[in-house]
Amino acid sequence: MDFFDRNILSIITFWPLAGMLVLLLIPKESTALIKWWANIVAVTGFLVSLPLWFSFNFDDPQMQKVVSVEWIRTLGVNFHVGVDGISLLLVMLTTLIGPLAVLSSWDAIQTRVKEYYAFILLLQAGMLGVFISLDFFMFYVFWEVMLVPMYFLIGVWGGPRKLYAAIKFFLYTLIGSVLMLLGILALYFQYPTIAAMHPEISSQFGTLPTFNVLALHAIGPYLSETLQFWVFLAFFVGFAIKVPMFPFHTWLPDAHVEAPTAGSVILAAVLLKMGTYGFLRFSIPILPDATVYFVPMMVTLAIIAIIYGALVAMMQPDMKKLVAYSSVSHMGFVMLGMFALNPNGLNGSIIQQINHGISTGALFLIVGIIYERRHTREIAQLGGLSNVMPSYAVVFLIMTMSSIGLPLLNGFIGEFTIMAGALQKNLWWAVAGGAGIVLGAAYMLWLYQRTMFGKLDNPANQNLKDMNWREWATLIPLIIMAFWIGLYPAPFFRALDKPVNKLVEIVKAAAPPDAPQAAREIR
Amino acid sequence: MNFLDLIWLIPLFPVAGFIINGLFGKRMPKSAVGTIAAGAVLISFIFAVGAVYQLAQLPEHERSHEVVVYEWINAGSAVTTGGQATRFVVNWSFLLDPLSSVMVLVVTGIGFLIHVYSNGYMWEEDGFYRFFAYLNLFMFSMLTLILGSNYLMMFIGWEGVGLCSYLLIGYYFHKKSAGDAAKKAFVVNRVGDWGLATGILLIFATFGSLDYHTVEEVIRAGVASGQYVVSQPIFIGIALALFVGACGKSAQIPLYTWLPDAMEGPTPVSALIHAATMVTAGVYMVARSNWIYQMAPEALAVVAVVGVLTALFAASIGLVQNDIKRVLAYSTVSQLGYMFLALGVGAFAAGVFHLMTHAFFKALLFLGSGSVIHALHHEQDMRKMGALKNKIPITFLTMAIGTLAIAGTPGLAGFFSKDEILWQAFSSEHGHPLLWLIAAIVAGMTSFYMFRLLFMTFYGESRVDHHTEQHIHESPKVMTVPLIVLAVGSVLAGYIGLPKWLGPNLFEHWLEPVFEPVQAVAVSAEEAAHHSVALEVGMAAVSVGIAVIGFLIAYTTYAKKSDRAERVSAQFKGMYQALLNKWYVDELYDALFVHRAKDLGRGLWRFDSRVVDGLVNETAVGTVKSAVGSGWWDRWIVDGLVRFAGGFVKTASWPIRLSETGYTQNYALVMIVGVLVLVGYVLWGTL
Amino acid sequence: MVPIHHYLLLGAALFTIGVVGVLTRRNIMVILMSIELMMNAVNINLIAFSSQLGHVSGQVFAIFVITVAAAEAAVGLGIVIAMFKNKETMNINEIDLMKW
Repeated sequence: MDFFDRNILSIITFWPLAGMLVLLLIPKESTALIKWWANIVAVTGFLVSLPLWFSFNFDDPQMQKVVSVEWIRTLGVNFHVGVDGISLLLVMLTTLIGPLAVLSSWDAIQTRVKEYYAFILLLQAGMLGVFISLDFFMFYVFWEVMLVPMYFLIGVWGGPRKLYAAIKFFLYTLIGSVLMLLGILALYFQYPTIAAMHPEISSQFGTLPTFNVLALHAIGPYLSETLQFWVFLAFFVGFAIKVPMFPFHTWLPDAHVEAPTAGSVILAAVLLKMGTYGFLRFSIPILPDATVYFVPMMVTLAIIAIIYGALVAMMQPDMKKLVAYSSVSHMGFVMLGMFALNPNGLNGSIIQQINHGISTGALFLIVGIIYERRHTREIAQLGGLSNVMPSYAVVFLIMTMSSIGLPLLNGFIGEFTIMAGALQKNLWWAVAGGAGIVLGAAYMLWLYQRTMFGKLDNPANQNLKDMNWREWATLIPLIIMAFWIGLYPAPFFRALDKPVNKLVEIVKAAAPPDAPQAAREIR
Repeated sequence: MNFLDLIWLIPLFPVAGFIINGLFGKRMPKSAVGTIAAGAVLISFIFAVGAVYQLAQLPEHERSHEVVVYEWINAGSAVTTGGQATRFVVNWSFLLDPLSSVMVLVVTGIGFLIHVYSNGYMWEEDGFYRFFAYLNLFMFSMLTLILGSNYLMMFIGWEGVGLCSYLLIGYYFHKKSAGDAAKKAFVVNRVGDWGLATGILLIFATFGSLDYHTVEEVIRAGVASGQYVVSQPIFIGIALALFVGACGKSAQIPLYTWLPDAMEGPTPVSALIHAATMVTAGVYMVARSNWIYQMAPEALAVVAVVGVLTALFAASIGLVQNDIKRVLAYSTVSQLGYMFLALGVGAFAAGVFHLMTHAFFKALLFLGSGSVIHALHHEQDMRKMGALKNKIPITFLTMAIGTLAIAGTPGLAGFFSKDEILWQAFSSEHGHPLLWLIAAIVAGMTSFYMFRLLFMTFYGESRVDHHTEQHIHESPKVMTVPLIVLAVGSVLAGYIGLPKWLGPNLFEHWLEPVFEPVQAVAVSAEEAAHHSVALEVGMAAVSVGIAVIGFLIAYTTYAKKSDRAERVSAQFKGMYQALLNKWYVDELYDALFVHRAKDLGRGLWRFDSRVVDGLVNETAVGTVKSAVGSGWWDRWIVDGLVRFAGGFVKTASWPIRLSETGYTQNYALVMIVGVLVLVGYVLWGTL
Repeated sequence: MVPIHHYLLLGAALFTIGVVGVLTRRNIMVILMSIELMMNAVNINLIAFSSQLGHVSGQVFAIFVITVAAAEAAVGLGIVIAMFKNKETMNINEIDLMKW
């Protein structure tokens, strides 16, 4: 038990990988066995991650469950893992979404079943690795590892333009991550210089170049502003493409539209969070001066994304594309809260990341359900579906409301705290964000009205079956989560409180001394 | 039983009803569904009565009871604009004070009656259970709205009633008009919510809390210490932002357009949500935030002007509408305008008083019109009614009482509350004679359109088509009893708020602790005393006179056989058309906002796919093109050298190639010959 | 005792038959058999010399050759089968991928 507790992070991460290796031994003809096995691995993967939540110490701002093992000595690379409240939530989100995505593929995937499930399990391992890595080298490895299965998921099991979308996704992300690698290397080589000047750092982390994230956190405040500026830009490109922020978002609608349902769910729910997580874990704490310097740019881009994404979403004829653009808008909210750089904004931003995972993930599942039946996602082809699919209509309504931020559901908590944080910085940020909420209601309700309300006049829709137990099983956990966060978000805020305060402290110290409000807040 | 500590249960009973009906209602008999739904509200009503009774037992200054259920949101530390450190903490908590007790009684009481009525009205409908589930959910949201003890709880209710309104307007979802109206209601309300949310956030950023009591205390302390002064911009800003929200929910100019369309919903919904309760949420919110509005007289002036203009504007449209429910809808908008006028002149108690009396008679009128519609098999056009008064006598009598009440007949509820508003508009320190004049004219218009409705429906010749005529029937008891109860209420409700020249104003006294002036100036009471009683009575007489004129015009035009209506509408054709088409405001909004937003969305989409994505694709194409160039270079120049080297060797070696036949045996033969030669050579030497 | 040159003549004859077979036959199976033949000719020589010289190493070597021949036959047949699957022929002249 002690072994399990100590190595829980590695176990969580490599569990899907081990499952995948076993899956490779199953002959490819026995598809039923493959499906069952993949589902079992995914569900147990979630169960294995539960002890992490329960044994986590919410009052400790430091990294927990840390394990560090030497990996490549000559380069100073370690196998170094650990979580704080922020990564804890994202790890839990990933292990929760994983089984749902796997289960949702049961009927949808009929070709190359074995390869499909192998890729999805590999993807799961890659994403978890990203969130637990405390070594920049390891982070980069996982970051790239997870690209490959996603590329194949889109490229092999995707829609009509799958190759275009897959290649676009892959190359776009790769360009970003290469720039990010440059930034990482710059920090890596800068470390010894700074450590030599500060004995308290070198005594803890040594004098050699290192990829240790905690060591880089420590040298962050002493980095020169020029270096911070360039490294921030390099990281920005890498992470902003992943988020995606305006104007780097165009790969997202294509990838979403072409990806199979499970791919879209994972893409929206988890993959996008890797970009925001990058900002939280690396850009802000390592480069505090540059962070403060770039706030106007980041907030401007975030607000553009909120309004622009919502307006473009409104006119989409394709359900999936509409949800994809709504993601752009929601991720704009996340970035707005993050770069308010105060506790409310950051808390809201991270909660909203979880919320976006839940509600957008659910919306993609919902679109997938109708696509499986009708083989179209065109809104004009649908209409009046609540006549034949009443339970589907209810679930869709709940998730629509969650997406547009109705109180008592999850979206509201995130949006409102983000707005509270933004308003403390600048009234107009909050006002502009509010415009996104109005437009959000407009496009989601319009979508709902056009698909669910009205007469059932398309004969192809006459005999649609309502949701089956499997589809219920994929959506019920998300509905429960939506209500949980909406009604009792305290555990989530508690997990975030300490690490977020730490972040705020770091940025405060970097804030220019002529900002009176910031100065007062330091106390 | 200590009901005061159980007020948190009041919103939960309807939730239980919602869950039971929502999950199992489909398989339950209709009577069970209806009983559960109405029963849940009845229990809430009983608990509310108990709690309010116990509240009234407390000494006057202690009549405020807060119950914290749990800490809902705790989103970390924050700093107010004044530099005060605080935390963003919101409790799930409820507050019963005189203001919320008035609201809770109105909502649960009238809500219960409407639930009972719906048991009859909706009996024939499919989705009976769905209707009651939504209605219960609405009760939950509304009760949370009025019982919540902080702005965020109010916001929960605020959005919740918006959702229920959306669901219930869209109840007949197979009708496109219903779906459109539902969406319009929600989106227009969202515009208001935008303002409300901004206001709430500003309150938090300024005062460091969202709790009513804390905010009030901070303001009072700030005023006492001189930190806050009247007309400070932040107060005006907050007050106006909140008022945008009120305009959305309570259908004031410019956000009123959704309410008339909301009549697409079933009639009990119109009565409950779009007349008696939900639409008054804005009034409640402004009254609740009275300490902020007191600090912002400029915002109060805006409230008053918007209120009175809405009253006039909506009444003018109501004059010519032919759909019975639309007349009532515009009447509701107009009456809400009255309430805002009262709030705007600082007479918060008068506004809330009118809210209460209006809830009685407008619910009555809507339910009565529902009874008419029920009798005529879903005919809503008044031009196809007439001469119904003997066929459905109970409906007629109760509706007549409602009409008299709303028109301001002395002795009925509407008279007292409306008269109070008119008087305050004239005499209050924030009042103005012009406000009074417009409000008095609106009183005349109200009287006209309401009696027009009454006469067109129940008097004159029957214009009902022949087939329907034979099936006209009075509604069942389950519908008429609520009508009678409401009619009694419409008569009696006014007597708790008598004008000063008639007796004590119990209602105003009850609300005094809530509306205590922020600044202990207390001059207004002194000043009011200077106005003579004679003036007040005289002005009441004038307003009654104007109402009588309205009645007489309606009577001579619609009750008597007369072609005046046609003549007048022909004479003022342009005006008539403008009114009939609601001043073309919907068309204007469509042209200005809806289509522009869609165009913008379409344009941005084009921008997104051509420019933003275009750049990405152009980069890709550019890369491909340069790759083609590099490829050519690589293939013909770099690789050309290599291939030249290879090609040279290849051509030079042709004679040797001939020996490579590919036949294994040839190679074997060569091997053997070679071996033989070698062996021969070796042997040659030895032999 | 049979003089040694009898054995050597038999071996030479067998070997020659084998060589001719390898060079002239077109069927791979027959070629393989011819190769077996050549090896056995060598074996006869080895054993003849072994008995002639009274030394056991010749016999040991013969057994060794038989083992290798068995392995060779297995591999050779495997290749032949694989080849037949691909080309559907046993004619060695049609297997001329090494031709220029």
